[in-house]
Amino acid sequence: MMSTYSAGLLADVGILLLGALSVYIILATGQLSLGNAGFMGIGAYMTSYLTVTAGVPVTLALVIAAMASGAIGVVVGFPALRLKGIYLAMATLGFGEMVRSLFLNLGAMGGSEGFHGMHHISLGYIWTWAAAILLLIVILERSRVWLDMRAVRDDEIAAGLVGLNATTIKVGAFGFGAAVAAISGGLFAHHHVYIEPGNFSFERSVDFVLAVILGGSTVGPGALVGAALLVMLPEYLRFLADWRFAAFGALLVAMLLVRRQGLLDRATLRAFTLRRAA
Amino acid sequence: MLIGCLFELDTRKTIHVLAQQLVNGLTLGAVYTLIALSFSLVMGILGVLNLAITELFMLGGYFGFAVIMAHLPLPLALAAGMAGSAIVAIVIEKLGYQPFRAAPVVTPMLSTLGFSIILQNVATNLWGSDPLQLTDEVLAQRYTLGGVSVSAMQLTVMGATIVLVAALAFVVQRTSMGRALRAVAENRDVARLLGVSASRVTLIAFMLSGALAGAAGVLIGLHYAAITPYIGVEIGLKAIAVMVIGGTTQIWGALIAGPLIGVLEVMTVAYGGSQVRDFVVYGFMILILLLRPQGLLGGSRSDQGQRV
Repeated sequence: MMSTYSAGLLADVGILLLGALSVYIILATGQLSLGNAGFMGIGAYMTSYLTVTAGVPVTLALVIAAMASGAIGVVVGFPALRLKGIYLAMATLGFGEMVRSLFLNLGAMGGSEGFHGMHHISLGYIWTWAAAILLLIVILERSRVWLDMRAVRDDEIAAGLVGLNATTIKVGAFGFGAAVAAISGGLFAHHHVYIEPGNFSFERSVDFVLAVILGGSTVGPGALVGAALLVMLPEYLRFLADWRFAAFGALLVAMLLVRRQGLLDRATLRAFTLRRAA
Repeated sequence: MLIGCLFELDTRKTIHVLAQQLVNGLTLGAVYTLIALSFSLVMGILGVLNLAITELFMLGGYFGFAVIMAHLPLPLALAAGMAGSAIVAIVIEKLGYQPFRAAPVVTPMLSTLGFSIILQNVATNLWGSDPLQLTDEVLAQRYTLGGVSVSAMQLTVMGATIVLVAALAFVVQRTSMGRALRAVAENRDVARLLGVSASRVTLIAFMLSGALAGAAGVLIGLHYAAITPYIGVEIGLKAIAVMVIGGTTQIWGALIAGPLIGVLEVMTVAYGGSQVRDFVVYGFMILILLLRPQGLLGGSRSDQGQRV
């Protein structure tokens, strides 16, 4: 039997994994979002409202929130088409902060006091969602759609010239990413059974990006490695307790210097699976 | 943040209150102007967003506080904040920017994000996460001008900002170093062909930017008589919005946008409640990004596509 403590850590990994995947999906089309905590917040508040106030079962609430957040993601994705690189990063950062301040003003959901009353969900439930979505993305990575997404990332104009609809692909990725972030938020809310706007700040968006860049930004399972690293490393390296953020910051810079694609990439993944098969 | 919410709205006093808010807004705006200039120096010249500036600003505040608490004069505190942050900015340039010069623009932004995480953690461990308070009142005397109360501190903040902006304008517009900065901003390759050392210019841009952020940190620390390791995220992040609103392709847009956002923010707090403040500022930034990406002041520059 697992202790409550390690169960809590594993739950954090699952929730962070989904957040990281939400960044990864959008990044796959060459768009860096620094505001996914905003979508996470939307998911957290919406599922909590649905389960606590409207009495909706948690799975249904998660699906509804994911669809709603996905729709918002598409709405955000359209104007985001006009922006690239740093400018898109700044706009998404602004979006995330706007959502946070919106929840601060939302008196019906507690404002700065936060919101509670959710029922606690099990670790298995969190990981069912996390594993299902990771599996979905791994399968998607073997599909034609993913090739289209990579083509748009590598050269949008060339992708357009061979008949790919870059608009649909980029906006679609935003919508999908937003939906995944919302599920991460819904699970977060029902794991911690208390949420406040501060949970969905810029730092949270940075955590997602960190997990993707450290774990591997070119393959889906990289997000899993990154999320596990971010949550577990401070546990195993206790002396790091006070300095863990500095360690992660240094690790980020070092990773960008020596291995920009992150720990896991296609080559390592292939070597790993081959060795296991042999 | 106690930005003048303590005033009663009496019709007789409305004008005075408005003028009072204007003064408070301009003080905040002065600090925004300095940080936004710090961002846009690096952004306008190198096309890179240095996210560590938020924490250089916070560090400047701590450096300045150390000097004030040693009972040394105020200008020395300002100098210490500027020098300290400039030195850290040089380290960031060497480790966090130079190696990524050829990489896509998002990569150096991520590496500076790494540095901002490191700096915030270091500050938290060195000085604790509780606010550091100034024990004795510095420049507490207030002057009343036609019903509007202005503290010596507010005058100092605004005065120091004007002096620093004038000094920066002199360096950028009138010295050979400034000419090199502008040349690299215009076209890096041509500037190098003409004998400008691009790596030296890069270093100077980071250094000047760090010094401005440090100065802003000292001023905001004095203004609130307190500083925390999280002030960089609270205020520094919003300065990115100020820079965008002013215009990212040239550095002087911040001079308009800083005071504008400062006043807008204080007015929103006074008449709309403190929580809608961030919503308004970031919403304004996104509108500018979408509708007028060159910013309020930016013209239709031909090289814009290159940076976007």
